[in-house]
Amino acid sequence: MELSEIAEIEIDVLLEAIRRRYDYDFSHYARSSLKRRINGLLVKEKLDMPYQLIPRILYDEEVFNRFLSELSVTVTEMYRDPEFFSNLIESIFPVLDTYPYFKIWHAGCATGEEAYSLAVLLKEAGLLNRAKIYATDYNNKSIDIANQGIYSAENIELSNKCYLKAGGKHSFSKYYTEHYDAIKFNDELRNAITFAYHNLVKDGVFGEMNLIICRNVFIYFDKELQNNVLRLFNESTVSKGFLCLGSKESLRFSILKDKFNTLSEANSIYRKKD
Amino acid sequence: MKFIEKSTVEIRCIVIGVSAGGFDALDRLVTKLPLDFSFPVVIVQHRIADNDGYLAQHLNLKSASVVKEVIDKEPICAGIVYIAPPDYHLLIERGLYFSLSKDDKVNYSRPSIDVLFESAADIYRQACLGIILTGKNQDGSMGLAQIVAAGGTAIVQDPQSAIASEMPRAAIKKVPTAAILNLSEIADYLTSLEKRQKS
Ligand SMILES: C[S@@+](CC[C@H](N)C(=O)[O-])C[C@H]1O[C@@H](n2cnc3c(N)ncnc32)[C@H](O)[C@@H]1O
Repeated sequence: MELSEIAEIEIDVLLEAIRRRYDYDFSHYARSSLKRRINGLLVKEKLDMPYQLIPRILYDEEVFNRFLSELSVTVTEMYRDPEFFSNLIESIFPVLDTYPYFKIWHAGCATGEEAYSLAVLLKEAGLLNRAKIYATDYNNKSIDIANQGIYSAENIELSNKCYLKAGGKHSFSKYYTEHYDAIKFNDELRNAITFAYHNLVKDGVFGEMNLIICRNVFIYFDKELQNNVLRLFNESTVSKGFLCLGSKESLRFSILKDKFNTLSEANSIYRKKD
Repeated sequence: MKFIEKSTVEIRCIVIGVSAGGFDALDRLVTKLPLDFSFPVVIVQHRIADNDGYLAQHLNLKSASVVKEVIDKEPICAGIVYIAPPDYHLLIERGLYFSLSKDDKVNYSRPSIDVLFESAADIYRQACLGIILTGKNQDGSMGLAQIVAAGGTAIVQDPQSAIASEMPRAAIKKVPTAAILNLSEIADYLTSLEKRQKS
């Protein structure tokens, strides 16, 4: 057997150990990316081979937490891909406006920037008080940050630019207070969003959504897991509900390709058929 | 061409890494590929993040093959030239489809040639052909070494013929057994490969 095949076995055993010990299943994450992350962790832990991680992770929860952070790339920003948000305002807000009350789910919300970004735009469109917004992630650390609604002011100029590009009508600074080098979103926005733990791999439906936004999460899943989660999204959307993915993610190669219409290929916006 | 003797194994995927001077180099190489080329060609070209797909559009117009930017989970098909989208790493997965990643930059680059080459070596093993073209940094050398370690084949653009010679030089240093060819020789080789595998 080639060494590379043996290394695959090591990784399978490591993932199985994690699944049984901590109930996190990474076996259907995109394998090539996953391997790079594991190698990254090996360097940090000063280890050579994946099997050496097994006892460390089994007996030391801190090592597992570091593994989890390594695997939940949290890079996100306010108004990431501004055209996506302006597209939402144009094509989806008018439809939401026809409902007396509607639900939005940000799945894989990381530290919450995407959810706050959208809440501000909903507020400006007069839709926020009719919205029930859920934002979930499987990384509790990220959820804690999102709940606090406090962010570094370092990138605030860029955020303001993107806010305007996204179709913001006022000044972004209207929605937060600044303390030294941090910003804190207003209570109205913070109270409008329910941040919660939810693991897309194993947790189920928790409501019927009018709009599901899951951006830049599927790139870390393999095809099978992506399809499983899409099945969950399909069950979680109302008829004619909307589904949005990241800009390089698509339904085209998935089981839902015939169940949804494409509203925007470039911004990956889809609408469920009847 | 002397180095070709070893290629008794079938090649199933061609990966190309290119940086500074790449627009010109790809313009001269990709446009030479025949229609219905029997291999997938996967390219990482270092670019600025907000480039809007111009390179792929340009090459697609001028080439016999379809040239496109990759979408996540896209299956890998022969005869198509795939380009990594700006600001994403491009990887090959076991089911012979692509995945993208926003992980940290590697060699100050995203997409990184090393990231693509490493996954290509891992999946295609000896059936992988890696090519390093013009560039001003060292990305790709490691990946090319991994392709060769897995039994694959390596070609590096002759540094003297490259617009920027640093990247080919670094690759040759790391993989001294690589074949060193200029762009038209590489194009000829790829075309001959086509004929050989068809017969
Ligand atoms: C790159 S972030 C995307 C953040 C945001 N949606 C955006 O586009 O800017 C990916 C997020 O997916 C989360 N994630 C990964 N696997 C998950 C799972 N199984 N269940 C829930 N969230 C997951 C990670 O924790 C991370 O916060």
